[in-house]
Amino acid sequence: MFVSINWIKEYVNLDGLDVKKLINTFTLATAEVEDVYIKGADIENVVVGEIKSVEEHPESKKLHLLKVDAGSKIANIVCGAPNVREGMKIALALAPARVPAGEIIVTKVAGYESEGMCCSGKELGISDDHSGLLELHTDAPNGTDLKSIYPIEDIIFEVDNKSLTNRPDLWGHYGIAREFAALTGRELKPLKLGDLSYDGDYQVPVRIGREDLVYRYTALKMDNITVNESPLDMQIRLYYCGMRAINLLADVTNYIMLEIGQPTHAFNANMIDAIAVDTPKTPCKFTTLDSVERDIDENTLMIYNNDTPVAIAGIMGGLDSEIVEDTGAVVLESACFDGVSVRKSSSRLGHRTDSSARYEKMLDPELTMDAVGRFVEIVKSVDPAAKVASKVNDNYVRHYDKISLTFDKAYVDKYTGIEISDERIVHTLTALGFGVKQEGEVFTVDVPSWRATKDVTIKADIIEEITRIYGYDNFMITTTKSPLKPVHHDYGRVEDEEVKDILVKKYALHEVHSYVWQDGRKFKKLGIDIEDNVRVLNIENSENGNLRNSMLPTLLVMASENKDFADEYGLFEIGRVVDGVKADGTANERKHLGIVLFSKSGDEKKLYFKALEMIDCIVSLIKQKKPSYKKAKSVKPWQHPKNTAVISLDGKEFGRVCTLHPVNKTKFDKTGCVVGIEFDMNTFNSVTADAIEYKESSDMQSIYYDLSLVLGNNIRFADLEECWKKENIAELESVKVIDTFERLGIKSITIRFNFVAMDRTLEMDEVQKYIDAILANLSSIGVALRA
Amino acid sequence: MFEKPEELKKLFQEKSSKAAASADIEQLRIEFLGKKGLIAALMQELRNVPNENKKEAGQKINEAKQFIENAIAAKLAEIKEKEIELLINATESYDETMPVSVDYGSYHPITLVQREVENIFLSMGFNVEDYSEITDDYNCFEALNIPKHHPARDMQDTYYLSSNQLLKTHTSAAQNTILRKYKSNLESGNPIRAIFPGRCFRNEKIDACHENTFFQMEGIMVDKDISISNLIYFMKTMLSEVFQRDITVRLRPGFFPFVEPGFELDIQCSICGGKGCASCKDSGWLELCPCGMIHPNVLTAAGIDPEEYTGFAFGLGLTRLAMMKYEVKDIRLFNSGNLKELSQFTDISFTHPAESKEA
Repeated sequence: MFVSINWIKEYVNLDGLDVKKLINTFTLATAEVEDVYIKGADIENVVVGEIKSVEEHPESKKLHLLKVDAGSKIANIVCGAPNVREGMKIALALAPARVPAGEIIVTKVAGYESEGMCCSGKELGISDDHSGLLELHTDAPNGTDLKSIYPIEDIIFEVDNKSLTNRPDLWGHYGIAREFAALTGRELKPLKLGDLSYDGDYQVPVRIGREDLVYRYTALKMDNITVNESPLDMQIRLYYCGMRAINLLADVTNYIMLEIGQPTHAFNANMIDAIAVDTPKTPCKFTTLDSVERDIDENTLMIYNNDTPVAIAGIMGGLDSEIVEDTGAVVLESACFDGVSVRKSSSRLGHRTDSSARYEKMLDPELTMDAVGRFVEIVKSVDPAAKVASKVNDNYVRHYDKISLTFDKAYVDKYTGIEISDERIVHTLTALGFGVKQEGEVFTVDVPSWRATKDVTIKADIIEEITRIYGYDNFMITTTKSPLKPVHHDYGRVEDEEVKDILVKKYALHEVHSYVWQDGRKFKKLGIDIEDNVRVLNIENSENGNLRNSMLPTLLVMASENKDFADEYGLFEIGRVVDGVKADGTANERKHLGIVLFSKSGDEKKLYFKALEMIDCIVSLIKQKKPSYKKAKSVKPWQHPKNTAVISLDGKEFGRVCTLHPVNKTKFDKTGCVVGIEFDMNTFNSVTADAIEYKESSDMQSIYYDLSLVLGNNIRFADLEECWKKENIAELESVKVIDTFERLGIKSITIRFNFVAMDRTLEMDEVQKYIDAILANLSSIGVALRA
Repeated sequence: MFEKPEELKKLFQEKSSKAAASADIEQLRIEFLGKKGLIAALMQELRNVPNENKKEAGQKINEAKQFIENAIAAKLAEIKEKEIELLINATESYDETMPVSVDYGSYHPITLVQREVENIFLSMGFNVEDYSEITDDYNCFEALNIPKHHPARDMQDTYYLSSNQLLKTHTSAAQNTILRKYKSNLESGNPIRAIFPGRCFRNEKIDACHENTFFQMEGIMVDKDISISNLIYFMKTMLSEVFQRDITVRLRPGFFPFVEPGFELDIQCSICGGKGCASCKDSGWLELCPCGMIHPNVLTAAGIDPEEYTGFAFGLGLTRLAMMKYEVKDIRLFNSGNLKELSQFTDISFTHPAESKEA
């Protein structure tokens, strides 16, 4: 919103104050000022001029040669404007002069000397009209400096609308003037309201159909209006505040909206017989005054003349009842509509206006009468013959509750942490329009109507009023007195960070972040189908609505998009997935770790064992335990049916490691290979870590014993492991795989057993007994020594 | 007999001058000093020397032996030195300036920034809390005093789910849960101090400045007698730590339904020192984070009596902080998975960009 300091000055005397400093204070106390514009500083020596004669330029159809009375002299001006005529009063930039468009000097134009420039409104920066010269209606003598008779000089500041969302009272200059009054300790002058008296009984008939959507609807008729154009100073002010002058009646409604924040609408009285405020029974079409035909549904509050719609309540009037040049009689609507209803209608229509933006903020219904009073006052001051032609029809159907708040000084002290005096509290609140009573330590505060629609409802709101005017920059700041307490760690989070450290620092993987929904288009490239899951209802791209139930597809997509990064790389993410819904129907959100490893070389087995090493490393370092694996019984369609394994710890299944199904693998890369790992981190976090078990090492001589075994089909290392584990041999210090190889379809393995005792040197026959027991176990599962 | 030791010495000198390797010297040692060597042979001959001459002859032999031993030791040392020199000369001199290939991993920039900020809060006694990405209308809006008709609840901003839930639009959604979790602290006379970083979602068109998926970090502190004065002190202290320099802050009124009073906190622009420049749009200040005193209705919703306890809350845009820190111009980097870019974030070292510029 643009605010004019000239306008503010009509209501608060700012004499002797540094306006720029005040604007900065306003930012700190009220709302953020985004920009300040100094108007009129770039205008010099522009005076009232009168065209004495008009001669056509002999060689140009467009140009005229003028003699203009500039007071001090008659100036020769070459002018291209189409609307020149003798006797016309215009704004003359008499060289040497300055206008926003640039310096004006004596110069030759098309062969003739021109001693200045006759200006359009646009050239002066006071309107966007460039169709012709700005015609002045003034009695001021020729040669009078324009700045002395029109409010061309002003300071305009722009307030960030977002910072006004909760302050309906600040959507007009009067509310902002009230803030300035409170900030400067000066008086706020009252609004000048016109006389509404009317001798007859006539009222504009008003019927309110939807009382739930209307607070107040006030209507008044005026007639005998003959002036069509608003005065230049009003036009300048409107323009500086971001609006265009249209005609007197439209300009006055805009002026009032900018002044007190109350939108009003002027209907052509010839088109209005009886007003109804209601929603349509069935959807309909309606053309607004911007000539756009709009679809109106049954929830949109409309204004009707009898049964004919004439306006969308609070948003925009209709084309048919628009004020036109010869409109001599007007029905003024000054209403307070329900803010939520206006906002919803406006967003349904995709049409936001200055009016709807204000209603959305929940306007004070008390304002409708002020707006009527201002309308009559301003119209009559411009057009003294205009008459009030009806009694006010004021329908105040819903009231906001009166709010009264009570608090004591101790509350203020506790909340602020500083000492603010009683006098200061009373003075601040009074200046802002609050009614304040003080009895001893207790304050009772009546909230003014313009703050009581939603803004100030509890005593903490009063604290804000007191402190913002006090100034946060003036606060003494102090630390809290809270006692010391050790910080509790969330071990789940700590483990997440440890996992990241291991993967980044030991395995050189790259952490990424990916979206929580499945990406239909990208999945398709890898031949992965979207799986039904909890859906986002309003996602832009509907094929992405399903939330992911596994980290791997999104990470596979990312991995496949990075094939020019390196020959071998891995990436990972700890993120959220949704594993369907819980018994109560809510999403079963889980925290998962996903890892994808890629190698261009295509040695999938090597990569798979690299993945196992990572898993082993993570689990061992964080939990001091070894994970166990078994082949997964069921796999996702994109997982390899033979090489997808479930990972468990303490009997809890917490993860999977897999290669890709050949169909998807080929789509990922023709020659390279991919391995995926996924942990359910919630389950992983829930496994308690073992303590580190320190064992002294033995000084005794150890004995090692190698066994070379022939493995039948389907024998896995885990089966072999059982054969010595179940012997519980205390002296078996370690077991290592020395070699594995396959020849003529026969797999063999060489295992080295290392034996040592703490207290003695082992004898060979002791060790042989253990080996015999192990061999017996092995032969029972069909594993024999290699011949 | 007396001449023989001298002859031996001469013989030795003659032979040793030809010896080049330590093996040759060993050969000489055996020849002259060995059990069956030339000196030993002379000693044998001493038996045949008349008694009156024995002493002198013995001395001569010993003298020769001593001479040869010394010469051998000297010669050995000389050869050893040469051999070492040879080894050194034969060694390749390596080029340390040759590029080496190191396989680095990388952290997501959000992880780096989040860790840093978390460490600051941990040092100030704050618990770090986890919260879900999916929540419901109550936690995201109602418990935060956001009324039913508030624009923030409109479909266009919030991702609503088929499970009758939603993706959280701000980390404030965790406030109710965390206030409840630590409510018992208050009863035992301890404050609630917690931060909760997390991923948030808003239904926005993505461009260089807007993302529908981004990170925030919320913080709260509740106790008896927490005041606005404490809030300003805390924010200043905390932000000075985050930016590693003394920060000047200012507060402006800002409206958020879950705080009262609510503020927009600005920090003085470090590029121009508050004089005004392009970075701060000539204002001298940068809007950094919203904060405020927790609204009494929010405390009440968590079962905390607002007459007895007060508190403050603040929100930090982690994604924004990461953009400031690493001078990331395009927010789309964070969820791009582009390893060429993301792989540059190898480890933690927090210096604010402005700080490093000053240096």
